[in-house]
Amino acid sequence: MHELREDPLPAAPPAQQPRGRCIVVTSGKGGVGKTTTTANVGVALAATGARVVLIDADVGLRNLDIVLGLEARVRHHVLDVLEGNAELDDALVSDKRVPSLKLLAASQTREKDDVDTNAFRGLVEKLRERFDYVLIDCPAGIEKGFQNAIVGADEAIIVCTPEVSAVRDADRVVGLLGERVKITLIVNRLRPALVRRGKMLSVDDVNAILRLPLLGVIADEPGVIISTNKGEPLALDANSPTGDAYRKIAGRIAGTDTSAPEIPREASFLDKLFGGQR
Amino acid sequence: MSARRIVVTSGKGGVGKTTTTANLGAALALRGKRVVLIDADIGLRNLDLVLGLEKRIVFDIVEVVEGRCQLRQALIKDKRFGESLSILPAAQTRDKTAVTENQFAKVIDDLAEMCDYAIIDCPAGIEHGFRNAVAGAREAIVVTTPEVSAIRDADRVIGKLNERGLPIRLVINRIRPDMVRSGDMLSVEDVCEILSAELLGIVPDDEDVIDTTNRGEPIALRAESRLAGIYEKIARRLEGEIVPFTALNAPNFLSRFLGRKAG
Amino acid sequence: MLEFLKRLFNPEPSSVTARERLRLVLLSDHLALAPDVVESLKADLIAVISKYVDVDAAQCDVTFEQQDRVVAMLANIPILGMKPAARAPRPAPPEPPPMIDAAPASATVADAPDVPDAAVAPVAPAAPKPRRRRRRRTGVNAAPAHG
Repeated sequence: MHELREDPLPAAPPAQQPRGRCIVVTSGKGGVGKTTTTANVGVALAATGARVVLIDADVGLRNLDIVLGLEARVRHHVLDVLEGNAELDDALVSDKRVPSLKLLAASQTREKDDVDTNAFRGLVEKLRERFDYVLIDCPAGIEKGFQNAIVGADEAIIVCTPEVSAVRDADRVVGLLGERVKITLIVNRLRPALVRRGKMLSVDDVNAILRLPLLGVIADEPGVIISTNKGEPLALDANSPTGDAYRKIAGRIAGTDTSAPEIPREASFLDKLFGGQR
Repeated sequence: MSARRIVVTSGKGGVGKTTTTANLGAALALRGKRVVLIDADIGLRNLDLVLGLEKRIVFDIVEVVEGRCQLRQALIKDKRFGESLSILPAAQTRDKTAVTENQFAKVIDDLAEMCDYAIIDCPAGIEHGFRNAVAGAREAIVVTTPEVSAIRDADRVIGKLNERGLPIRLVINRIRPDMVRSGDMLSVEDVCEILSAELLGIVPDDEDVIDTTNRGEPIALRAESRLAGIYEKIARRLEGEIVPFTALNAPNFLSRFLGRKAG
Repeated sequence: MLEFLKRLFNPEPSSVTARERLRLVLLSDHLALAPDVVESLKADLIAVISKYVDVDAAQCDVTFEQQDRVVAMLANIPILGMKPAARAPRPAPPEPPPMIDAAPASATVADAPDVPDAAVAPVAPAAPKPRRRRRRRTGVNAAPAHG
């Protein structure tokens, strides 16, 4: 008769890489700066050495590639990967300026309904094994595109401009995201002079309705248009105040920056004299 | 005698479809036309807000389609325009799949019997909401800003509209002449060349739009604003008049210093 | 380096960059959106190339890529072999000299039939060798077309 012997304690599993964070950048309202934010926050996080993948969930109307200046390098897209027509590694576009950043582009010719939600969730999980951050650029709206983008994310950044329509839409999205998602807020395109003159909602006005932890505030400035023209995100520009704001946001996300978000100040007299706000 | 049915679309969100719909509708109404504006952005309605009519909503388009009210009951008359301007609001607690293309087209058909212009404010995107909005239309106005993403999306939408054979006219919104001059923004000529569409209007970026939206007042009603004149011109062009485009000058040094826009 | 210096001393306005990037990206978008056009182009390309070489039509592939400042068409066309008509005609082997009995020494040379110089069939000028086409790069500079 064999002696019953206690099995020795199993060896401790090898130290596992912590699973990467998945953050969806959403808003409800279109045109408030989701794609610009995804691009810049992604670049800023990757510039610190973190492994970051950006996913464009706007099937049919992709723009993350062009905002990043990577449009010429896209060979395959998410649906190619999900449908087995391309390997994930072939679809991930590298950014020579920021080696630890990768882009997974959307298809330009397909539709959001073509994306199988479970398959997308599986892809996000797989990416979380390989990357420290998976940032998903959500399309406008609250239909299938939005629903797919939020699946698999346990954090969300709401981008909102200080305008009534945007606040209303953001509020709807907060309701749809539900309790399980940790939500933070970026107020974009603030114009301090208009706020002072009572012609624009203030950050406090916006957050009185949304009541979300504030991640950052970005002032409206022509530099963003120029950066999209060139395909050079401002987070790459050490001299750009907007780039700086995004770098601070990245720091807050990573937990390395514990400062409270600054509200941008109005352009000074000298700023106005010499050409308006930078 | 059936109305002109025009969809205002863009692909890209946030370029000014709702602002354009509201102000074009207002300008046409000021010229005595009977106008109905339809908000096709079910789930994220904003046309009511931009016109300051949000507190007067009783029924919406989904309830009309589901037979829970008559079409006339859902229409909200904007009293600032007498009998000339009404809106059919979207639902806020549903989404765009609540209405089919055929149902939407039928609503537009019914509306077309009671007005001169049925103008449909299309949601962002090119999926269900877009298909609904376009279903009832016979003409399209594509709104774009002079920015790379907006133009790319406008191009896509123009392709979709071409597939349906809808005549298209272009409104370039939020142009900044100072940035065009310094080479930091695409010009009107650049945009028209890239999109190859007939130009209907050029609307400069104007900080007053934010203020008027906050107040629920279409800027077309603010006679002292240059945008009121611009929307009036757009309305006239839509009616078939040949109206030259205003040369937009960059604000001069002094006005920038004093914080006001020139001209 | 030259590019860098050019940009440093003569920075291109961003609107010019934007225009150029848009032109290319829209061309790519349109090509991707016109699969029937691409299929017709592929069929025509295969037909033309098949006049010179045998190709594996099932494995042929045509794609479009953006490279630097052009959109390039990349055609991958597996070639199975040369078409007979396309082969350059080979020179005929020289005819062996006719067998003759060994002439008596005295036989005059005149008896031997004239042996022409090694007979070479007249050779047509060598047909130009068809170029092997495996990849063809075409810069496409058309303005974007709308459907």
